[in-house]
Amino acid sequence: MHIDWQTFTPWSALLGGLLIGAAAVVLMWSSGRIAGISGILAGFARRGGFSAWRVAFAAGLLAAPWLLGVLAPRLPLTGEPWSTADFPRLIVAGLLVGIGTRLANGCTSGHGVCGLARLSPRSLWAVAVFMGTAGLVVFALRHLAGDSA
Amino acid sequence: MKARETLGALAAGLLFGAGLIVSGMTDPAKVLAFLDVAGAWDPSLALVMVGAIGAAHLGYRATGRLDHGGGRVDAPLLIGSALFGAGWGLAGYCPGPAVVAGGALSPAAWILLPALLAGLWLTERWLARGPVEKPAQ
Repeated sequence: MHIDWQTFTPWSALLGGLLIGAAAVVLMWSSGRIAGISGILAGFARRGGFSAWRVAFAAGLLAAPWLLGVLAPRLPLTGEPWSTADFPRLIVAGLLVGIGTRLANGCTSGHGVCGLARLSPRSLWAVAVFMGTAGLVVFALRHLAGDSA
Repeated sequence: MKARETLGALAAGLLFGAGLIVSGMTDPAKVLAFLDVAGAWDPSLALVMVGAIGAAHLGYRATGRLDHGGGRVDAPLLIGSALFGAGWGLAGYCPGPAVVAGGALSPAAWILLPALLAGLWLTERWLARGPVEKPAQ
């Protein structure tokens, strides 16, 4: 293992993390809910799931790039934030993320941020497993299959 | 209360999205560089987690919501997490950054998002299925 100091961005990572944590607290404080993105999206797949708070949260996520573009046009964003993965890979990845997070009842936000912040054993297991398999898939693609995406 | 709930959720969504962008989580290449421990490793996202979990932990503690969650560690949790991890490693998008990238009009996100929603919807349908009826003998 070697750390790539050229791409390591500790301060923006920490600041962004604090904003994410603050967002989770705002949602908990205003409505007593857990800020789990997959859970909020899954709500849209249920009958009567288009409740005002879900729509408002999703609208906030979608509008965030525009808000930041106005407030901080010179923000040092790291590189081109768009994926270079091809169509089939994006479809398969989307399906796996959708099926997996619904089965596990949470993703990087619900289990990773909120669950670990609540000291939930279920979330600790979830995070260990999804970090582990994600790392294995990246290893297999890049170091065994020679993929560069 | 309804207005507070809705405005709070909007503010939380904006903050959450801004945090994902500032931290670099909406850049799939950066996410994959974090997951690629054996390559040129970018440990930034570990600090995203530290900041987010730390802030949320203190906030939950202050509002008396530090409840350790509930429920058992069961097969759906572990299998689902494994499938999610595989999808995350494949393209570098977890649900939050995918939605924010969609807001930024990323073409890749608009290919991935419908598949993600379809996966959620199909699994939702499958989980909500009634007890399977036995065919009449």
